[in-house]
Amino acid sequence: MNIVEKILARASGKSSVAPDDVVFADVDKVMMHDVSGPGVLKVFDKLKKQGIAVDKLFDPTKVWVAEDHFVPSADKLSAENIVKLSNFTKNYGIEKHFKYGMGQYGICHTLSHEQAMVMPGDVYVGGDSHTNTTGALGAFAVGLGHTDIAYVLLNGNIWFKVPETYYFKLNGKLPDHVMAKDLILKIIGEIGNDGGAYRTMQFGGSGIDDMSVESRLTLCNMTTEAGAKNGIVEPDQKVVDYLSAKGATNLNLVNGDADAEYSKIFEFESSEMEPMIAKPFSPDNTCVVGEAPSVELDKSYIGSCTGAKYEDLEAAAKVLKGRKVKIRTEVLPAAISIYQRAMENGLLKIFLDAGVTVGPPTCGACCGAHMGVLAKDEICISTTNRNFPGRMGHVESQTYLSSPMVAAASAVTGKITDPRDLK
Amino acid sequence: MKGNIIKYARDNIDTDVIIPGQYLKVHDYAELATHAMEGLDPDFHSKVKEGDFILSGKNFGCGSSREHAPIALSHSGVKAILALSFARIFYRNSVDGAFLLPIEIDQDAYDGISEGDEIDIDVSKNEIKNITKNQTYKMKPFSEIIGKIIAAGGLFKYKPDQD
Repeated sequence: MNIVEKILARASGKSSVAPDDVVFADVDKVMMHDVSGPGVLKVFDKLKKQGIAVDKLFDPTKVWVAEDHFVPSADKLSAENIVKLSNFTKNYGIEKHFKYGMGQYGICHTLSHEQAMVMPGDVYVGGDSHTNTTGALGAFAVGLGHTDIAYVLLNGNIWFKVPETYYFKLNGKLPDHVMAKDLILKIIGEIGNDGGAYRTMQFGGSGIDDMSVESRLTLCNMTTEAGAKNGIVEPDQKVVDYLSAKGATNLNLVNGDADAEYSKIFEFESSEMEPMIAKPFSPDNTCVVGEAPSVELDKSYIGSCTGAKYEDLEAAAKVLKGRKVKIRTEVLPAAISIYQRAMENGLLKIFLDAGVTVGPPTCGACCGAHMGVLAKDEICISTTNRNFPGRMGHVESQTYLSSPMVAAASAVTGKITDPRDLK
Repeated sequence: MKGNIIKYARDNIDTDVIIPGQYLKVHDYAELATHAMEGLDPDFHSKVKEGDFILSGKNFGCGSSREHAPIALSHSGVKAILALSFARIFYRNSVDGAFLLPIEIDQDAYDGISEGDEIDIDVSKNEIKNITKNQTYKMKPFSEIIGKIIAAGGLFKYKPDQD
């Protein structure tokens, strides 16, 4: 069995599973945020009316909650959602609730690794599509809707069809100025935005061995944009070191068997990658930066679970050091712990000297929620994950997706720019 | 199940256009319905009728996991989406929450059915009848688990132990 089949077999109490088997898997960790949490509460209200008991969760210690989409509260309604979420966690005895304005908080997918909330081998479900991110730690990490999360909270398990696995063999270390975001945009451009639909996208090969855990998180995060059920990387010593440094103990690594089967194997020469973008209005509408259209950008946005981890900010700072931005540029570190390291290591000074506005952790404008959304006809280059019509604001705005280095270089010139071309 | 078609002849209708991100903070189902399809078709709310079906291309409902998307469509009166294929979370949310039926169709049905056509979906026969044009098409049968959850009326009413 491959890693996903082994995790699902263990979680469903079976000796083996194969693609297309339907299993009810025990869930190890559940996540909700300020959008899916209130959504789950609505489901609970509906269930109560049907006479289904909702007074007790299966295990509050396995549940954790993030405030990220509309924080700091964007308006009255989002403030009320935060109050509802706080009452929810209090009433149900959920202790792991990361609240803004109270120390560590941030985007849920970022907290999943920054706070070591999820362990290798876990079945981890979250009320958000980019839950896939955390598969980079070797977990089966899957995004679900409100009804499914409500079901997990009350029952501790959920049905899955065991997915087929597409294995992506990545050969060689990424060149300088090329990031995991470039590689995953290349992959999505090749296979299309439903190219991984209903399947696992597993990454391996020397390109993964050479890659940091944070870069692997970027790959798995964007598997959602190929329609995948989950993304995953088999855990190695880098994952052990990463989690151990955050205080995790007793790691139980699950890896695929030597004779693991994959429904399809793709090969990519990661050592030959170039900086990429995805043009409006789909993450699979990709090209190399050298072939990008010559558009006048209005804004550069360096934020989100995809593109504002510490490594992402460090890469952007490398480009912006000693330079000035020519267009509106925002950096929003994805968690307070990242913000703090960026301060301690001088990244914030580089950003502020360059003229960048540094904001608080939030999903913010990535999903068109608040804090920097786009006006009609505005054009943005962004380290985020999606560029559908209206994704970051007005339905007639445009978003180009890129790596943090390309977003930073483009901020300096006002045009879509290869960081290697900056003088 | 009979209804009339609202056709969007395109692929990849994503959840950002079905219900734009600014409304994610809204959890009132009736209010969400007033913003359904706003990112693609601002007239949708005024033209949709109770019992209508939407017809579209590949990868319907891709993107965000927001359950707001099937909720907004369902509370607009839409009973089924007929599409060449569906993105997985939208599909799952539609079935597990019992909001609407996601019906996978083939190219013949996609090409043959037009805006406004009256359609009769017979899930028991995996058949779609176009009453307006007097044509019949096949629908892809639901997988076993999906069929059982739909028959039960949603995931919470489905009892896996009784299988």
